[in-house]
Amino acid sequence: MTAAVALKDKEVAVDEEGYLINLADWNEDVARTMAADDNIALTSNHWEVINFLREYYAEYQVAPAIRVLTKAIGKKLGPEKGNSKYLYELFPYGPAKQACRYAGLPKPTGCI
Amino acid sequence: MAKVEFKVPAVGEYLEIPDLQPGVMAKSAPFKAAPRHQQALGFPGELVENWEERAVAKLGELLSKYRSLRVHLDACVKCGSCADKCHYFLGTGDPKNMPVARQDLLRSIYRRHFTLAGKLFPRLVGARDLDPSVLEEWYSYFHQCSQCRRCSVFCPYGIDTAEISMAAREILDEIGVGQKYCNEILGKVHTIGNNLGLPAPALANTLEGLEEDVKEDTGVDVRFPLDVQGAEVLLIPPSADFFAEPHIDGLIGYAKVFHQAGISWTLSSYASEAANFALFIGNYEQMRKVALRIRKAAIDLKVKRIVVGECGHAWRVAYSFWNTLAGPFDFLDPRYPVPQHIIEFTHDLIERGAIKLDREANDHMRVTFHDSCNVARATRMGARPGGQFVLPREVIKASCNHFFDMAPETIGEKTFCCGGGGGLLTDELLELRVKGALPRMQALREVQQEHGVTHMAAICAICKSQFSKVLPYYEFPMETIVSVHQLVSNAIQLGTNS
Repeated sequence: MTAAVALKDKEVAVDEEGYLINLADWNEDVARTMAADDNIALTSNHWEVINFLREYYAEYQVAPAIRVLTKAIGKKLGPEKGNSKYLYELFPYGPAKQACRYAGLPKPTGCI
Repeated sequence: MAKVEFKVPAVGEYLEIPDLQPGVMAKSAPFKAAPRHQQALGFPGELVENWEERAVAKLGELLSKYRSLRVHLDACVKCGSCADKCHYFLGTGDPKNMPVARQDLLRSIYRRHFTLAGKLFPRLVGARDLDPSVLEEWYSYFHQCSQCRRCSVFCPYGIDTAEISMAAREILDEIGVGQKYCNEILGKVHTIGNNLGLPAPALANTLEGLEEDVKEDTGVDVRFPLDVQGAEVLLIPPSADFFAEPHIDGLIGYAKVFHQAGISWTLSSYASEAANFALFIGNYEQMRKVALRIRKAAIDLKVKRIVVGECGHAWRVAYSFWNTLAGPFDFLDPRYPVPQHIIEFTHDLIERGAIKLDREANDHMRVTFHDSCNVARATRMGARPGGQFVLPREVIKASCNHFFDMAPETIGEKTFCCGGGGGLLTDELLELRVKGALPRMQALREVQQEHGVTHMAAICAICKSQFSKVLPYYEFPMETIVSVHQLVSNAIQLGTNS
């Protein structure tokens, strides 16, 4: 089963859980549209997370551990924001799954 | 993504048997595996043409292979003992979630094809033919069983619904109807070595980060060794321990225990996963293939012992099945349990005084313990019966001053599932997971009110992730759930044994 995210000029295919089928389809508009569908307006802090996820994925072909992500965000946005509580404020459905989806990464799998 | 709206069950003073709501969960079903997920495991990519025939043939094969399955299908006398014992029934009120009704979904087909009365007078004996509606029911309700085996504790014949649900899922895979969550993950284990799909360089990077963190916190160089040949111990944790919270705090705890005990250890990038989801889909060949990775890693790394981390069903597979799946483990040191649970390992060190714990480090917590179903009802720890209940509690009590058990009918061998076990820990089953957690949430509420309990410790990656997700639905903070070795990690005295 596939669905699609409707952008201004085209549609990009996503799977039944809303993750991109072709990771190369990603652009900032995809992230903004996915977030808007969840009633979230992406701020610069959201983008810090999304950009870090994309950089990490490009290097390691997997999403970073939550702890790796919180540490990186703490370094960028200040230690008071380097914790999973803050990440849950940005991504209420869970930083691992929701943020990865906006960032165009595959869904993290496992006992998580 | 479509958000499913549902009502969270109310937590009352007592756990009540719900009013029946026939069919209320009939629409609940996990996503189906894509053809590529299926084919990677050697299953047909989609529903095969002659599926009725193949399903019956597969059932026949399973009956001839597993005598127990035939006994479970024959023995039920409909006494009703199991009816109110399933957390999914208690949370949803759907009568098909009574264990006896779940068994009957398969039993009715068994009777039609494998008993004389069912062949001659199907309607008189509750036998029926396979048709698309039966298939749909199977897919839905055999994915509303977490294979926790609580019902079998109460069954006078010991009928094991988990075994029936595993057989049903095995038949479904055989005819091309697999479950995405389990089968996609099994494919990743075969190619990358763990459920997460975490490749070796990412694992190494994560472990380096943990070394820095522990150094920063404690000033001590605690190592997280990877692929070290000749180490004494190969540790096999669930891969969620590398990724999620509170799991990773447990991993830090294991590392501190090894450090302080002065026992060399290593992780393996080839076998970086304790979990074996083949158990959930009832497939012996898949289960063997996953288990053999661990055997190979242990031989290649020339270790003397294998220790399994905090993962519930993994301990069942390791304790009960490894020897026949991947044994003999005659290359390991016979003076130690083969395999050994991390709780046994730490417990032994505590008893011998080889590590020192300062309980006051956890004085900000009042702790209870959630027995995980597979550990509780399918394994043992230590040398004495019931050790799987005693040892984790002794490790917790050695690590903190304030421990309180939940009600006796909700722990030990009668423990309730977290609601996410058996391959159901996937987002599209959230309603089922939240509702299925009700009995545990009720017991937790009770100790919270009576004893001011603030935290619940567990030794299973699925339990930890499930509770992190569902606790907020019942107005508990997400951080209520902790790893047992997180408590050890807080309390352990590094750098001194005096």
